[in-house]
Amino acid sequence: MTARVVEVSNLVFGYDKRDKEQTLTDINFSVNKGEWVAVIGHNGSGKSTLAKLLVGLLEMDDGSISIAGINLNDNTKWEVRRHIGLVFQNPENQFVGTTVQDDVAFGLENINMPYEEMNNRVEEALKMVDLSELRFHDPSRLSGGQKQRVALAGILALRPSVLVLDEALVMLDPGSRRELLLTLKQLNKSSDMTIISITHDMDEAAEADRILLLEAGRLVDSGKPSDVFSKHQQLEPPFSEALRRMLKRQKNTVPDTYMTEEELVNWLCKSHLKM
Amino acid sequence: MQITFKDVTADYQIGPLRTPRVLDSVDFNLEPGTFTAVIGHTGSGKSSLLKAMNGLLIPVKGEVHIGGTVINRSKNKKSLKTIRKKVGMVFQFPESQLFAETVEQDICFGPLNFGVPLEEAKRIARQVIQQVGLGPDILTKSPFALSGGQKRRVAIAGILAMQPEVLVLDEPGAGLDPRGKKEILSLISKWHNNEKLTTVMVTHDMEDVAHYADNVVVMEKGQAVLHKGVRELFADIHALKSLRVDIPQARKLQLKIEQETGVKLPQVCLTIDELANCLMKAGLV
Repeated sequence: MTARVVEVSNLVFGYDKRDKEQTLTDINFSVNKGEWVAVIGHNGSGKSTLAKLLVGLLEMDDGSISIAGINLNDNTKWEVRRHIGLVFQNPENQFVGTTVQDDVAFGLENINMPYEEMNNRVEEALKMVDLSELRFHDPSRLSGGQKQRVALAGILALRPSVLVLDEALVMLDPGSRRELLLTLKQLNKSSDMTIISITHDMDEAAEADRILLLEAGRLVDSGKPSDVFSKHQQLEPPFSEALRRMLKRQKNTVPDTYMTEEELVNWLCKSHLKM
Repeated sequence: MQITFKDVTADYQIGPLRTPRVLDSVDFNLEPGTFTAVIGHTGSGKSSLLKAMNGLLIPVKGEVHIGGTVINRSKNKKSLKTIRKKVGMVFQFPESQLFAETVEQDICFGPLNFGVPLEEAKRIARQVIQQVGLGPDILTKSPFALSGGQKRRVAIAGILAMQPEVLVLDEPGAGLDPRGKKEILSLISKWHNNEKLTTVMVTHDMEDVAHYADNVVVMEKGQAVLHKGVRELFADIHALKSLRVDIPQARKLQLKIEQETGVKLPQVCLTIDELANCLMKAGLV
Protein backbone atom coordinates (compact mmCIF):
# COMPACT_ATOMS: atom_id res chain seq x y z
CA MET A 1 0.00 0.00 0.00
CA THR A 2 1.29 3.43 -0.83
CA ALA A 3 1.60 5.85 2.03
CA ARG A 4 -0.63 8.89 2.19
CA VAL A 5 1.62 11.85 2.58
CA VAL A 6 -1.08 14.51 2.54
CA GLU A 7 -4.48 14.09 4.15
CA VAL A 8 -7.06 16.82 4.20
CA SER A 9 -10.43 16.27 5.81
CA ASN A 10 -13.44 18.52 6.17
CA LEU A 11 -11.32 21.60 5.66
CA VAL A 12 -13.17 24.90 6.02
CA PHE A 13 -11.72 28.38 5.67
CA GLY A 14 -12.97 31.95 5.25
CA TYR A 15 -10.89 35.14 5.21
CA ASP A 16 -13.49 37.29 6.90
CA LYS A 17 -14.73 35.55 10.02
CA ARG A 18 -17.75 37.88 10.27
CA ASP A 19 -18.81 36.77 6.84
CA LYS A 20 -20.72 33.58 6.33
CA GLU A 21 -19.23 33.13 2.91
CA GLN A 22 -16.32 30.73 2.95
CA THR A 23 -13.34 30.67 0.63
CA LEU A 24 -13.04 26.91 1.05
CA THR A 25 -15.88 24.64 2.07
CA ASP A 26 -15.63 21.05 3.22
CA ILE A 27 -12.53 19.99 1.30
CA ASN A 28 -11.57 16.31 1.50
CA PHE A 29 -8.69 14.67 -0.34
CA SER A 30 -5.49 12.77 0.15
CA VAL A 31 -2.31 12.52 -1.88
CA ASN A 32 -0.09 9.45 -2.07
CA LYS A 33 3.66 9.52 -1.80
CA GLY A 34 5.25 10.16 -5.20
CA GLU A 35 2.03 11.31 -6.81
CA TRP A 36 1.83 14.35 -9.13
CA VAL A 37 -1.45 16.15 -8.53
CA ALA A 38 -2.61 19.16 -10.54
CA VAL A 39 -5.07 21.57 -8.91
CA ILE A 40 -7.15 23.50 -11.44
CA GLY A 41 -10.04 25.95 -11.24
CA HIS A 42 -10.93 29.53 -12.13
CA ASN A 43 -9.47 32.62 -10.55
CA GLY A 44 -10.95 32.98 -7.12
CA SER A 45 -11.87 29.30 -6.76
CA GLY A 46 -9.63 28.98 -3.71
CA LYS A 47 -6.54 27.30 -5.18
CA SER A 48 -3.94 29.61 -3.67
CA THR A 49 -5.78 29.66 -0.36
CA LEU A 50 -5.58 25.88 -0.27
CA ALA A 51 -1.82 26.03 -0.92
CA LYS A 52 -1.31 28.46 1.96
CA LEU A 53 -3.39 26.30 4.30
CA LEU A 54 -1.33 23.22 3.42
CA VAL A 55 1.88 24.82 4.65
CA GLY A 56 0.26 26.49 7.64
CA LEU A 57 0.48 30.09 6.40
CA LEU A 58 -3.24 30.43 7.04
CA GLU A 59 -5.08 28.91 9.95
CA MET A 60 -8.04 26.72 9.07
CA ASP A 61 -11.44 27.38 10.63
CA ASP A 62 -12.37 23.73 10.82
CA GLY A 63 -11.21 20.28 9.72
CA SER A 64 -7.73 18.85 9.71
CA ILE A 65 -4.61 18.62 7.57
CA SER A 66 -1.94 16.05 8.08
CA ILE A 67 1.40 16.13 6.27
CA ALA A 68 3.71 13.10 6.41
CA GLY A 69 1.73 11.80 9.35
CA ILE A 70 1.97 15.01 11.38
CA ASN A 71 -1.24 16.75 12.25
CA LEU A 72 -0.86 20.41 11.27
CA ASN A 73 -1.52 22.97 14.02
CA ASP A 74 0.15 26.01 15.48
CA ASN A 75 2.59 23.92 17.50
CA THR A 76 3.58 21.55 14.73
CA LYS A 77 3.72 23.93 11.77
CA TRP A 78 7.51 24.36 11.97
CA GLU A 79 8.00 20.63 11.91
CA VAL A 80 5.46 20.22 9.09
CA ARG A 81 7.35 22.77 6.98
CA ARG A 82 10.38 20.51 6.96
CA HIS A 83 8.27 18.11 4.93
CA ILE A 84 6.34 20.44 2.68
CA GLY A 85 7.56 23.44 0.69
CA LEU A 86 5.61 26.09 -1.22
CA VAL A 87 6.84 28.04 -4.25
CA PHE A 88 4.84 31.20 -4.88
CA GLN A 89 3.69 32.69 -8.13
CA ASN A 90 5.71 35.87 -7.75
CA PRO A 91 9.14 35.50 -6.13
CA GLU A 92 9.78 39.24 -6.31
CA ASN A 93 9.41 40.05 -2.63
CA GLN A 94 10.93 37.05 -0.96
CA PHE A 95 14.66 37.42 -1.53
CA VAL A 96 16.74 37.79 1.61
CA GLY A 97 20.24 36.89 0.42
CA THR A 98 22.57 39.28 -1.38
CA THR A 99 23.75 36.49 -3.66
CA VAL A 100 21.84 33.68 -5.28
CA GLN A 101 23.65 31.05 -3.23
CA ASP A 102 23.06 32.86 0.06
CA ASP A 103 19.41 33.08 -0.75
CA VAL A 104 19.16 29.39 -1.53
CA ALA A 105 21.03 28.60 1.71
CA PHE A 106 18.66 30.69 3.85
CA GLY A 107 16.21 27.88 4.50
CA LEU A 108 19.01 25.49 5.37
CA GLU A 109 20.60 27.94 7.80
CA ASN A 110 17.27 28.22 9.53
CA ILE A 111 17.29 24.54 10.32
CA ASN A 112 20.91 24.64 11.52
CA MET A 113 22.36 22.43 8.85
CA PRO A 114 26.12 21.77 9.12
CA TYR A 115 28.15 23.87 6.68
CA GLU A 116 29.48 20.99 4.57
CA GLU A 117 26.07 19.48 4.01
CA MET A 118 24.61 22.90 3.31
CA ASN A 119 27.22 23.58 0.67
CA ASN A 120 26.42 20.34 -1.11
CA ARG A 121 22.70 20.90 -0.97
CA VAL A 122 22.96 24.43 -2.38
CA GLU A 123 25.20 23.25 -5.17
CA GLU A 124 22.87 20.41 -6.01
CA ALA A 125 19.78 22.62 -5.96
CA LEU A 126 21.40 25.26 -8.18
CA LYS A 127 22.39 22.59 -10.64
CA MET A 128 18.84 21.26 -10.79
CA VAL A 129 17.46 24.62 -11.83
CA ASP A 130 20.45 25.41 -14.02
CA LEU A 131 21.65 28.45 -12.10
CA SER A 132 25.15 27.36 -11.05
CA GLU A 133 26.72 30.06 -13.19
CA LEU A 134 24.78 32.82 -11.49
CA ARG A 135 25.46 31.76 -7.91
CA PHE A 136 27.29 34.97 -7.00
CA HIS A 137 24.78 37.29 -8.63
CA ASP A 138 22.32 39.53 -6.81
CA PRO A 139 18.94 37.74 -7.01
CA SER A 140 16.94 40.96 -7.20
CA ARG A 141 18.71 41.87 -10.44
CA LEU A 142 17.93 38.68 -12.31
CA SER A 143 15.27 38.25 -14.97
CA GLY A 144 11.76 37.10 -14.00
CA GLY A 145 12.40 33.52 -15.00
CA GLN A 146 15.73 33.36 -13.22
CA LYS A 147 14.19 34.73 -10.03
CA GLN A 148 11.59 32.03 -10.14
CA ARG A 149 14.32 29.42 -10.36
CA VAL A 150 16.13 30.88 -7.35
CA ALA A 151 12.92 30.57 -5.35
CA LEU A 152 12.48 27.00 -6.51
CA ALA A 153 16.11 26.12 -5.69
CA GLY A 154 15.61 27.47 -2.17
CA ILE A 155 12.84 24.96 -1.62
CA LEU A 156 14.50 22.05 -3.43
CA ALA A 157 17.60 22.46 -1.23
CA LEU A 158 15.40 21.58 1.74
CA ARG A 159 14.43 18.34 0.00
CA PRO A 160 10.80 18.42 1.04
CA SER A 161 8.76 15.26 0.61
CA VAL A 162 5.91 17.37 -0.74
CA LEU A 163 6.41 20.32 -3.10
CA VAL A 164 3.51 22.72 -3.64
CA LEU A 165 3.76 24.95 -6.72
CA ASP A 166 1.38 27.90 -6.80
CA GLU A 167 1.50 28.73 -10.50
CA ALA A 168 5.21 28.84 -9.95
CA LEU A 169 6.02 28.47 -13.63
CA VAL A 170 3.78 31.14 -15.20
CA MET A 171 6.44 33.83 -15.31
CA LEU A 172 8.81 31.62 -17.28
CA ASP A 173 9.07 31.66 -21.04
CA PRO A 174 7.73 28.45 -22.61
CA GLY A 175 11.18 26.99 -23.23
CA SER A 176 12.51 27.28 -19.68
CA ARG A 177 9.12 26.26 -18.37
CA ARG A 178 9.30 22.98 -20.23
CA GLU A 179 12.85 22.36 -19.00
CA LEU A 180 11.91 23.00 -15.38
CA LEU A 181 8.84 20.80 -15.66
CA LEU A 182 11.06 18.02 -16.94
CA THR A 183 13.48 18.46 -14.04
CA LEU A 184 10.59 18.34 -11.59
CA LYS A 185 9.18 15.27 -13.26
CA GLN A 186 12.48 13.48 -12.88
CA LEU A 187 12.62 14.42 -9.19
CA ASN A 188 9.06 13.24 -8.83
CA LYS A 189 9.89 9.85 -10.31
CA SER A 190 13.45 9.28 -9.06
CA SER A 191 13.19 10.49 -5.48
CA ASP A 192 9.46 10.03 -4.93
CA MET A 193 8.93 13.71 -4.29
CA THR A 194 5.20 14.38 -4.17
CA ILE A 195 4.12 17.36 -6.25
CA ILE A 196 0.96 19.40 -5.91
CA SER A 197 0.88 21.86 -8.77
CA ILE A 198 -1.66 24.65 -8.99
CA THR A 199 -1.86 25.54 -12.64
CA HIS A 200 -3.81 27.20 -15.43
CA ASP A 201 -1.90 25.26 -18.06
CA MET A 202 -4.20 22.46 -19.16
CA ASP A 203 -1.50 20.68 -21.10
CA GLU A 204 0.54 20.50 -17.92
CA ALA A 205 -2.47 19.33 -15.92
CA ALA A 206 -3.17 16.63 -18.53
CA GLU A 207 0.16 15.04 -17.70
CA ALA A 208 -0.49 14.83 -13.97
CA ASP A 209 -1.39 11.54 -12.27
CA ARG A 210 -4.53 13.12 -10.94
CA ILE A 211 -6.47 16.37 -11.20
CA LEU A 212 -8.30 18.12 -8.38
CA LEU A 213 -10.94 20.49 -9.70
CA LEU A 214 -11.99 23.40 -7.49
CA GLU A 215 -15.06 25.50 -8.13
CA ALA A 216 -16.11 28.36 -5.88
CA GLY A 217 -14.29 26.92 -2.89
CA ARG A 218 -15.53 23.36 -3.27
CA LEU A 219 -13.68 20.33 -4.51
CA VAL A 220 -16.00 19.23 -7.30
CA ASP A 221 -13.94 16.42 -8.77
CA SER A 222 -10.81 14.38 -8.33
CA GLY A 223 -9.65 11.86 -10.89
CA LYS A 224 -7.48 10.91 -13.82
CA PRO A 225 -7.03 13.73 -16.37
CA SER A 226 -8.87 11.72 -19.03
CA ASP A 227 -11.91 11.36 -16.74
CA VAL A 228 -11.92 14.93 -15.49
CA PHE A 229 -11.65 16.45 -18.97
CA SER A 230 -14.34 14.12 -20.37
CA LYS A 231 -16.73 14.79 -17.53
CA HIS A 232 -16.31 18.56 -17.36
CA GLN A 233 -16.72 19.72 -20.93
CA GLN A 234 -16.67 23.37 -19.84
CA LEU A 235 -12.96 23.11 -18.99
CA GLU A 236 -10.60 24.16 -21.69
CA PRO A 237 -9.20 20.79 -22.78
CA PRO A 238 -5.55 20.01 -23.56
CA PHE A 239 -4.54 20.57 -27.18
CA SER A 240 -4.90 17.01 -28.49
CA GLU A 241 -8.33 16.62 -26.92
CA ALA A 242 -9.45 19.99 -28.31
CA LEU A 243 -8.40 18.76 -31.74
CA ARG A 244 -10.26 15.47 -31.29
CA ARG A 245 -13.46 17.28 -30.35
CA MET A 246 -13.11 19.60 -33.31
CA LEU A 247 -12.68 16.65 -35.67
CA LYS A 248 -15.53 14.78 -34.02
CA ARG A 249 -17.93 17.62 -34.79
CA GLN A 250 -17.17 17.17 -38.48
CA LYS A 251 -16.77 13.44 -38.82
CA ASN A 252 -18.63 10.71 -37.05
CA THR A 253 -15.89 8.11 -37.33
CA VAL A 254 -13.75 9.96 -34.80
CA PRO A 255 -13.77 8.17 -31.42
CA ASP A 256 -16.00 9.50 -28.67
CA THR A 257 -13.56 9.24 -25.82
CA TYR A 258 -10.81 11.45 -24.48
CA MET A 259 -7.48 11.11 -26.25
CA THR A 260 -3.95 11.99 -25.29
CA GLU A 261 -1.59 13.15 -27.99
CA GLU A 262 -0.10 9.65 -28.18
CA GLU A 263 -3.52 8.06 -28.61
CA LEU A 264 -4.63 10.58 -31.20
CA VAL A 265 -1.53 10.08 -33.33
CA ASN A 266 -1.90 6.31 -33.08
CA TRP A 267 -5.54 6.48 -34.06
CA LEU A 268 -4.67 8.65 -37.09
CA CYS A 269 -2.04 6.09 -38.12
CA LYS A 270 -4.54 3.25 -37.89
CA SER A 271 -7.28 5.10 -39.73
CA HIS A 272 -4.75 5.96 -42.41
CA LEU A 273 -3.77 2.30 -42.83
CA LYS A 274 -7.38 1.22 -43.22
CA MET A 275 -7.81 3.41 -46.28
CA MET B 1 3.30 53.68 -41.26
CA GLN B 2 6.50 52.22 -42.60
CA ILE B 3 9.33 51.40 -40.19
CA THR B 4 12.80 51.09 -41.64
CA PHE B 5 16.05 50.30 -39.84
CA LYS B 6 19.13 51.20 -41.88
CA ASP B 7 22.31 49.66 -40.52
CA VAL B 8 21.39 50.64 -36.94
CA THR B 9 24.01 50.19 -34.25
CA ALA B 10 23.30 51.35 -30.70
CA ASP B 11 24.62 50.97 -27.18
CA TYR B 12 23.78 52.15 -23.69
CA GLN B 13 26.05 54.58 -21.99
CA ILE B 14 26.06 54.65 -18.22
CA GLY B 15 28.66 57.17 -17.04
CA PRO B 16 31.94 56.26 -18.64
CA LEU B 17 30.81 52.69 -19.31
CA ARG B 18 29.45 51.58 -22.64
CA THR B 19 27.71 48.29 -23.14
CA PRO B 20 28.84 47.37 -26.58
CA ARG B 21 26.36 46.98 -29.37
CA VAL B 22 23.00 46.13 -27.90
CA LEU B 23 21.95 46.64 -31.51
CA ASP B 24 24.46 45.64 -34.14
CA SER B 25 23.93 46.69 -37.77
CA VAL B 26 20.20 46.04 -37.73
CA ASP B 27 18.67 46.34 -41.17
CA PHE B 28 15.03 45.68 -42.01
CA ASN B 29 11.85 47.17 -43.32
CA LEU B 30 8.37 46.72 -41.85
CA GLU B 31 5.55 47.52 -44.28
CA PRO B 32 2.65 49.73 -43.14
CA GLY B 33 -0.21 47.74 -41.60
CA THR B 34 1.84 44.66 -40.73
CA PHE B 35 1.87 42.88 -37.38
CA THR B 36 5.43 41.90 -36.58
CA ALA B 37 6.52 39.61 -33.76
CA VAL B 38 10.03 40.08 -32.38
CA ILE B 39 11.45 36.92 -30.86
CA GLY B 40 14.82 35.90 -29.44
CA HIS B 41 16.44 34.83 -26.22
CA THR B 42 16.89 36.94 -23.09
CA GLY B 43 19.45 39.64 -23.75
CA SER B 44 19.27 39.31 -27.53
CA GLY B 45 18.23 42.96 -27.96
CA LYS B 46 14.45 42.68 -28.39
CA SER B 47 13.55 45.44 -25.95
CA SER B 48 16.35 47.66 -27.24
CA LEU B 49 14.95 47.27 -30.73
CA LEU B 50 11.58 48.56 -29.50
CA LYS B 51 13.22 51.48 -27.71
CA ALA B 52 14.98 52.45 -30.92
CA MET B 53 11.57 52.78 -32.59
CA ASN B 54 10.45 55.32 -30.04
CA GLY B 55 13.59 57.43 -29.75
CA LEU B 56 14.38 56.14 -26.28
CA LEU B 57 17.55 54.65 -27.69
CA ILE B 58 19.36 56.76 -30.27
CA PRO B 59 21.56 54.95 -32.77
CA VAL B 60 25.28 55.72 -32.72
CA LYS B 61 25.37 54.66 -36.35
CA GLY B 62 22.71 54.30 -39.02
CA GLU B 63 19.16 55.59 -38.89
CA VAL B 64 15.61 54.59 -38.05
CA HIS B 65 12.80 55.84 -40.27
CA ILE B 66 9.29 56.00 -38.82
CA GLY B 67 7.05 57.03 -41.69
CA GLY B 68 8.67 60.22 -42.92
CA THR B 69 10.56 60.98 -39.70
CA VAL B 70 14.17 60.03 -39.19
CA ILE B 71 15.90 59.19 -35.90
CA ASN B 72 19.67 59.39 -36.05
CA ARG B 73 22.60 60.57 -33.99
CA SER B 74 22.36 64.22 -34.98
CA LYS B 75 18.65 64.46 -34.26
CA ASN B 76 17.80 67.13 -31.73
CA LYS B 77 15.84 65.88 -28.77
CA LYS B 78 12.80 68.10 -29.27
CA SER B 79 11.81 66.57 -32.59
CA LEU B 80 11.56 63.18 -30.88
CA LYS B 81 8.25 64.37 -29.49
CA THR B 82 6.60 64.01 -32.89
CA ILE B 83 7.85 60.43 -33.05
CA ARG B 84 6.56 59.60 -29.58
CA LYS B 85 3.18 60.92 -30.57
CA LYS B 86 3.07 58.54 -33.52
CA VAL B 87 4.62 55.54 -31.81
CA GLY B 88 2.70 54.27 -28.78
CA MET B 89 4.87 52.12 -26.58
CA VAL B 90 3.55 49.58 -24.09
CA PHE B 91 6.36 48.48 -21.80
CA GLN B 92 6.59 45.14 -20.05
CA PHE B 93 4.28 45.13 -17.01
CA PRO B 94 2.82 48.53 -18.01
CA GLU B 95 0.56 48.51 -14.95
CA SER B 96 3.57 49.44 -12.82
CA GLN B 97 3.51 52.91 -14.34
CA LEU B 98 -0.06 53.72 -13.35
CA PHE B 99 0.17 56.70 -11.04
CA ALA B 100 -2.89 58.95 -11.03
CA GLU B 101 -5.72 59.14 -8.51
CA THR B 102 -8.34 57.94 -10.93
CA VAL B 103 -8.33 55.80 -14.04
CA GLU B 104 -9.62 58.77 -16.03
CA GLN B 105 -6.73 61.02 -14.99
CA ASP B 106 -4.29 58.29 -15.80
CA ILE B 107 -5.63 57.76 -19.30
CA CYS B 108 -5.86 61.51 -19.98
CA PHE B 109 -2.24 62.09 -18.97
CA GLY B 110 -0.76 61.19 -22.37
CA PRO B 111 -3.20 63.17 -24.56
CA LEU B 112 -2.94 66.25 -22.27
CA ASN B 113 0.84 66.14 -22.59
CA PHE B 114 0.49 66.28 -26.33
CA GLY B 115 -1.75 69.31 -26.11
CA VAL B 116 -5.21 67.77 -26.39
CA PRO B 117 -7.83 69.92 -24.54
CA LEU B 118 -9.18 68.41 -21.30
CA GLU B 119 -12.74 67.89 -22.56
CA GLU B 120 -11.50 66.11 -25.65
CA ALA B 121 -9.11 63.98 -23.57
CA LYS B 122 -11.98 62.91 -21.34
CA ARG B 123 -14.04 61.98 -24.35
CA ILE B 124 -11.17 59.87 -25.66
CA ALA B 125 -10.78 58.22 -22.24
CA ARG B 126 -14.44 57.18 -22.26
CA GLN B 127 -13.99 55.75 -25.71
CA VAL B 128 -10.77 53.78 -25.14
CA ILE B 129 -11.82 52.35 -21.79
CA GLN B 130 -14.65 50.59 -23.62
CA GLN B 131 -12.34 49.48 -26.35
CA VAL B 132 -10.19 47.63 -23.81
CA GLY B 133 -13.30 45.87 -22.56
CA LEU B 134 -14.01 47.82 -19.36
CA GLY B 135 -17.08 49.84 -18.40
CA PRO B 136 -17.07 53.66 -18.11
CA ASP B 137 -17.88 53.34 -14.37
CA ILE B 138 -14.28 52.28 -13.82
CA LEU B 139 -13.04 55.75 -14.84
CA THR B 140 -13.71 57.22 -11.41
CA LYS B 141 -11.97 54.40 -9.55
CA SER B 142 -8.40 54.38 -8.33
CA PRO B 143 -6.20 52.35 -10.68
CA PHE B 144 -4.67 50.70 -7.61
CA ALA B 145 -7.95 49.14 -6.56
CA LEU B 146 -8.21 47.06 -9.74
CA SER B 147 -7.22 43.46 -10.43
CA GLY B 148 -4.03 42.64 -12.33
CA GLY B 149 -5.77 42.08 -15.65
CA GLN B 150 -7.82 45.28 -15.30
CA LYS B 151 -4.72 47.32 -14.45
CA ARG B 152 -3.01 46.04 -17.56
CA ARG B 153 -6.01 47.08 -19.66
CA VAL B 154 -6.07 50.55 -18.15
CA ALA B 155 -2.35 50.95 -18.85
CA ILE B 156 -2.85 49.90 -22.47
CA ALA B 157 -5.87 52.24 -22.74
CA GLY B 158 -3.53 55.06 -21.72
CA ILE B 159 -1.39 54.37 -24.76
CA LEU B 160 -4.34 53.90 -27.13
CA ALA B 161 -5.68 57.27 -25.96
CA MET B 162 -2.75 58.94 -27.69
CA GLN B 163 -4.11 57.49 -30.93
CA PRO B 164 -0.75 56.25 -32.15
CA GLU B 165 -0.19 55.08 -35.70
CA VAL B 166 2.44 52.60 -34.64
CA LEU B 167 1.90 50.33 -31.63
CA VAL B 168 4.97 48.84 -29.99
CA LEU B 169 4.47 46.26 -27.24
CA ASP B 170 6.93 44.47 -24.98
CA GLU B 171 5.39 41.15 -23.90
CA PRO B 172 1.87 42.45 -23.29
CA GLY B 173 0.67 39.08 -22.00
CA ALA B 174 3.47 38.34 -19.51
CA GLY B 175 2.38 37.22 -16.07
CA LEU B 176 -1.34 36.92 -16.89
CA ASP B 177 -3.28 33.68 -16.68
CA PRO B 178 -4.10 32.09 -20.06
CA ARG B 179 -7.58 33.58 -20.29
CA GLY B 180 -6.46 37.09 -19.35
CA LYS B 181 -3.63 36.85 -21.81
CA LYS B 182 -5.87 35.74 -24.64
CA GLU B 183 -8.25 38.64 -23.94
CA ILE B 184 -5.48 41.24 -23.98
CA LEU B 185 -3.98 39.89 -27.18
CA SER B 186 -7.22 39.61 -29.11
CA LEU B 187 -7.95 43.16 -28.03
CA ILE B 188 -4.63 44.34 -29.45
CA SER B 189 -5.23 42.36 -32.61
CA LYS B 190 -8.68 43.90 -33.03
CA TRP B 191 -7.30 47.39 -32.49
CA HIS B 192 -4.52 46.69 -34.97
CA ASN B 193 -7.03 45.71 -37.66
CA ASN B 194 -9.62 48.42 -37.00
CA GLU B 195 -7.19 51.33 -36.84
CA LYS B 196 -4.89 49.96 -39.56
CA LEU B 197 -1.90 50.27 -37.25
CA THR B 198 1.59 49.03 -37.78
CA THR B 199 2.23 46.82 -34.78
CA VAL B 200 5.44 45.41 -33.36
CA MET B 201 5.28 42.98 -30.43
CA VAL B 202 8.02 41.30 -28.44
CA THR B 203 6.99 37.87 -27.23
CA HIS B 204 8.42 34.61 -25.92
CA ASP B 205 5.34 32.62 -26.76
CA MET B 206 5.20 31.05 -30.21
CA GLU B 207 1.42 30.61 -29.89
CA ASP B 208 1.16 34.43 -29.95
CA VAL B 209 3.35 34.53 -33.03
CA ALA B 210 1.25 31.88 -34.77
CA HIS B 211 -2.09 33.46 -33.87
CA TYR B 212 -1.54 37.17 -34.21
CA ALA B 213 1.56 38.11 -36.21
CA ASP B 214 2.04 38.04 -39.97
CA ASN B 215 5.81 38.33 -39.95
CA VAL B 216 8.67 37.66 -37.54
CA VAL B 217 12.02 39.25 -36.73
CA VAL B 218 14.44 36.95 -34.91
CA MET B 219 17.04 38.73 -32.76
CA GLU B 220 20.31 37.21 -31.69
CA LYS B 221 23.17 39.04 -29.95
CA GLY B 222 21.90 42.42 -31.06
CA GLN B 223 21.44 41.43 -34.68
CA ALA B 224 18.28 40.84 -36.63
CA VAL B 225 19.29 37.44 -37.99
CA LEU B 226 16.04 36.71 -39.77
CA HIS B 227 12.95 38.51 -41.04
CA LYS B 228 10.29 36.34 -42.63
CA GLY B 229 6.60 35.61 -42.93
CA VAL B 230 5.28 33.58 -39.98
CA ARG B 231 4.27 30.60 -42.08
CA GLU B 232 7.57 30.59 -43.93
CA LEU B 233 9.48 30.60 -40.66
CA PHE B 234 7.58 27.67 -39.18
CA ALA B 235 7.89 25.76 -42.46
CA ASP B 236 11.66 25.82 -42.23
CA ILE B 237 12.46 23.13 -39.67
CA HIS B 238 16.22 23.53 -40.07
CA ALA B 239 16.14 27.26 -39.43
CA LEU B 240 13.96 26.70 -36.36
CA LYS B 241 16.49 24.26 -34.98
CA SER B 242 19.58 26.34 -35.66
CA LEU B 243 17.94 29.49 -34.24
CA ARG B 244 16.56 27.50 -31.29
CA VAL B 245 13.06 28.79 -31.95
CA ASP B 246 10.13 26.97 -30.34
CA ILE B 247 7.37 25.52 -32.51
CA PRO B 248 3.67 26.32 -31.93
CA GLN B 249 1.53 23.43 -30.66
CA ALA B 250 -0.46 22.89 -33.85
CA ARG B 251 2.65 22.81 -36.01
CA LYS B 252 4.41 20.50 -33.56
CA LEU B 253 1.57 18.01 -33.62
CA GLN B 254 1.40 18.32 -37.40
CA LEU B 255 5.05 17.33 -37.70
CA LYS B 256 4.52 14.38 -35.40
CA ILE B 257 1.47 13.21 -37.34
CA GLU B 258 3.29 13.61 -40.66
CA GLN B 259 6.19 11.60 -39.35
CA GLU B 260 4.08 8.77 -37.92
CA THR B 261 1.62 8.43 -40.79
CA GLY B 262 3.96 9.31 -43.62
CA VAL B 263 1.31 11.64 -45.04
CA LYS B 264 2.27 15.23 -45.79
CA LEU B 265 -0.47 17.74 -45.00
CA PRO B 266 -1.28 20.34 -47.70
CA GLN B 267 -0.06 23.38 -45.73
CA VAL B 268 1.89 24.56 -42.68
CA CYS B 269 -0.68 24.63 -39.86
CA LEU B 270 -0.38 27.41 -37.29
CA THR B 271 -3.67 26.99 -35.44
CA ILE B 272 -5.87 24.14 -34.28
CA ASP B 273 -8.54 25.01 -36.89
CA GLU B 274 -6.03 24.83 -39.70
CA LEU B 275 -4.74 21.50 -38.44
CA ALA B 276 -8.25 20.04 -38.21
CA ASN B 277 -9.06 21.22 -41.74
CA CYS B 278 -5.83 19.87 -43.16
CA LEU B 279 -6.36 16.47 -41.54
CA MET B 280 -9.76 16.26 -43.23
CA LYS B 281 -8.43 17.47 -46.56
CA ALA B 282 -5.61 14.94 -46.47
CA GLY B 283 -8.22 12.24 -45.81
CA LEU B 284 -6.63 11.19 -42.53
CA VAL B 285 -9.93 11.56 -40.70
